[in-house]
Amino acid sequence: MRLYAAVAVSGFKRYATYRVATVAGVFTNTVFGFILAYTYTALWDERPHLGGYDLAQALTFVWLGQALLAAVALMGGGFQEELQDRIRSGDIAVDLYRPVDLQMWWLATELGRALFQLLGRGVVPMAVGALVFELRLPASPLTWLWFLLSVVLAVCVGFAVRYLVSLASFWLLDGTGLSMLSGLLCLFFSGMILPLNVFPGQLGETARALPWAAMLQVPADVFLEERRGMGLLAAFAFQVGWAVALLAAGRAVQSAATRKVVVQGG
Amino acid sequence: MWVRSTMAYRTSFLIMTLGNFLATGLDFVAIALMFTHIGELGGFTLDEVAFLYGTTSVAFGLADLALGTMGRLGQRVRDGTMDTLLVRPVPILAQVAADRFALRRLGRITQGAVLLGWSLARLDIDWTLDRALLMPVMLLSGGAIFGALFVLGGAFQFWAKDASEVQNAFTFGGTTLLEYPPTVFGKELLRGVTFVIPLAFVNWLPALYILGRPDPLGLPAWIGFAAPLVAGGCCAVAGLAWRAGLRAYQSTGS
Repeated sequence: MRLYAAVAVSGFKRYATYRVATVAGVFTNTVFGFILAYTYTALWDERPHLGGYDLAQALTFVWLGQALLAAVALMGGGFQEELQDRIRSGDIAVDLYRPVDLQMWWLATELGRALFQLLGRGVVPMAVGALVFELRLPASPLTWLWFLLSVVLAVCVGFAVRYLVSLASFWLLDGTGLSMLSGLLCLFFSGMILPLNVFPGQLGETARALPWAAMLQVPADVFLEERRGMGLLAAFAFQVGWAVALLAAGRAVQSAATRKVVVQGG
Repeated sequence: MWVRSTMAYRTSFLIMTLGNFLATGLDFVAIALMFTHIGELGGFTLDEVAFLYGTTSVAFGLADLALGTMGRLGQRVRDGTMDTLLVRPVPILAQVAADRFALRRLGRITQGAVLLGWSLARLDIDWTLDRALLMPVMLLSGGAIFGALFVLGGAFQFWAKDASEVQNAFTFGGTTLLEYPPTVFGKELLRGVTFVIPLAFVNWLPALYILGRPDPLGLPAWIGFAAPLVAGGCCAVAGLAWRAGLRAYQSTGS
């Protein structure tokens, strides 16, 4: 356990060294936040209370998305490219010899990275958004706590999905195409482009049941206090359920992959 | 060479081209979903938004195909591989553009063109000669303006080294902006993208003329025809910045 904590700390520190990149990322998130906030304003002007949100809630959703984009890796990224590179180059064979669990190792680095990105790239865009637009911030300190818990679970689900995608490199060798596709699906089905409760009919119901919903829609609904009491419990159960199922699937695929592993380069 | 190397992983290439096709596609699906709730966004119908969307996608796709690899320049500056480019007897800009040239980016142009065709078939445009001429002029100047932004972003990397995200704010942020009608945005933002970073000339201003709509800032209708001039100016500025960047470049190698 202490080992994984150390790995998480190093994940945090590693990203903390990219200061210029962090500032650049904050800038990009803020620009996108403004663009989306304007389009949502136009949309909610036409249809107030669309998807059960009022305008303030919709705008809060926009800025939450920008704040969580890097932390939950909604466009993909994080450990993914490195793991895929290691699989392609054959370095993965060395990792498999190590006396640590591969999946837990990467999850630990990912949690460290996410914590840094949440602080480094999340706080400032959210603050700018709150200054310029009228947002719906939680009144109760307890909601903030639930929100943070929900974000941790969101990171776990996101990690589990991308871990599975990365393992496909064992068969495809070059996993860039698949990770790109998975990043796109994530953007769309997490609610990043449009909140999932605005999706109509059957599409909306399906989208809200998929694991990607656990990555932005659910934490956002917790933050907006749309989920309370039993609803809150159901939200957490949804996130934990997907996290456990996908991590277990990742584990199964991993053992299948290591049994057939062909190390490139000899 | 890069074309052949990507073909080596055929499945991945196919998935990636499909991904690029979908990339812009899913964005439009989101807009279409919005229109299941509303009839007009900022006074524009779905067909008109599709027109704006298609023109942005094609213009951005052209620039991305030619210069999309500029984003990697920061990495080259950081790891010192920039030096290899400097000693070759080929213009550096051409080398950076050709580096990891990715044919899969055709996906975006194709998708934009399909959407543009779809919108043109549905829109009832009064096709005068000047409108028909403005169409290709708009797409090419738009591509040139985005291309200039890519080069400017690349030049910025010589100093900033790992700030490729700033470039994304202008290029990808710009496309997202231009996909929506200008009437959606605040006047300050419109002034900013008309007079400071002239993104409005990529498609908004020419498209408003073609669609026969007034400019929300009250600019004269012919302003759309200034797009090639603006594009030329952007390229000149980007070229100067690129030279200055190269001069300021300091190798990280020992």
